[in-house]
Amino acid sequence: MPLKRRQIAWRAAQDLADRAYVNLGIGLPTLVADFLPADREIVLHSENGVLGVGPAPGDNEIDWDLINAGKQPITLVTGGSYVHHTDSFLMIRGGHLDLALLGAFEVSEKGDLANWTTDDPGFPPGVGGAMDLAVGAKEIRVLVEHTTKAGAPRIRRQCGYPLTAASVVRRIYTDLAVIDVTPQGLLVREMVEDIDFPALQAKTEAALRPAPEMRPLRAPPV
Amino acid sequence: MIDKRVRNLAEAVAGIPDGAIILCAGFGGAGLPDALCEAIIEQGARDLTVVANNAGTGRTGLAALLATGRVNRIICSFPRSSGSVVFEELYAEGRIELELVPQGIISERMRCAGAGLGGFYSPVSVGTRLAEGKEHREIDGRMYVLEKPLKGDVALLSADRGDRWGNLTYRKSARNFNPTMAMAASLSIAQVRHVVELGEIDPEMVITPGIFVDRLVEVPG
Repeated sequence: MPLKRRQIAWRAAQDLADRAYVNLGIGLPTLVADFLPADREIVLHSENGVLGVGPAPGDNEIDWDLINAGKQPITLVTGGSYVHHTDSFLMIRGGHLDLALLGAFEVSEKGDLANWTTDDPGFPPGVGGAMDLAVGAKEIRVLVEHTTKAGAPRIRRQCGYPLTAASVVRRIYTDLAVIDVTPQGLLVREMVEDIDFPALQAKTEAALRPAPEMRPLRAPPV
Repeated sequence: MIDKRVRNLAEAVAGIPDGAIILCAGFGGAGLPDALCEAIIEQGARDLTVVANNAGTGRTGLAALLATGRVNRIICSFPRSSGSVVFEELYAEGRIELELVPQGIISERMRCAGAGLGGFYSPVSVGTRLAEGKEHREIDGRMYVLEKPLKGDVALLSADRGDRWGNLTYRKSARNFNPTMAMAASLSIAQVRHVVELGEIDPEMVITPGIFVDRLVEVPG
């Protein structure tokens, strides 16, 4: 079975290091906040000036002065702080974040990222903080569904959509696989159990190689 | 005596000229000076350029100002968000020009204007369409593009507390663009939830010192 969206987020959360400062992009990556491993202290950064994002508030704790990048209400953890936008992006561009988890329209085999415009004339583009994050965080990982709803591969030899940044993505979490972007190409670290490698390749435009120690991709029902 | 308080919203936005570049603070609805945006509708300025992270939501505040058709151009990082119906209509009809700028670059360009700097070299957008036409320079082996300062004629701010000197504090993530925009405009106007006596704000807690603020008006809420 392909992973559900929350399971992709759960899987990405398992790789977060203790003491890491991490930015979560809007959409699928935002769900990672619900699955931080309890044995690690991880500080979540939100581009709108929040360092130390906590869990979603209860219904009677909502404060619309405290929101995340997706404009959803959040809380602040003990030890958290607020900064203004220019300092928040100084954290982003200045290499102070260990990791950013971002969504994508497409990723290329070289780690190129496209996530800001589809060039649809009726659908205004939105870059937000994506370009700052893509070149500023120490590491970029992407969470994305393996194919579009129509079945077109999102992991491609070259991105068809305009780039957000070139050669920045190091790991891709999808509903079917965990894939590393390496100088030798895309390396599949984990794959869901009920498809075989040719089937995964068929849903991927770029060439894949199985890692020698490739493992099953499993996630609990979350 | 320094007293930057004004009696009402009409006084707060008086004199904003046609063609002004207006920096509008806020991220989504947090820290958005919605009452000042709506006061400009009454005030009547037109042919405006608005700099804002988002292009308004619903039909109030910034969205209401856009709906008047008096904003020709918006400089924005993320105009498309849930509920940005007014902007989407104007955009689809070709009635508003959009300049898309990465979020941290909008902010840093305004900081430059406020800091009296002529610009900066940034790695953001290198190799993308948004870097086209910009001066490129390699510095210590990394490629950068030149970003120029972005100065406003007017900044519209939203703060939690303010005193008659214009010292401001904010609440939580409603701080966002407010401190930077306050520095970057010729005329900075703040709507504040609470006007307090001079001295009530602990100097260690002042986020925007009054030197950056020209007018403030109390808007409870």
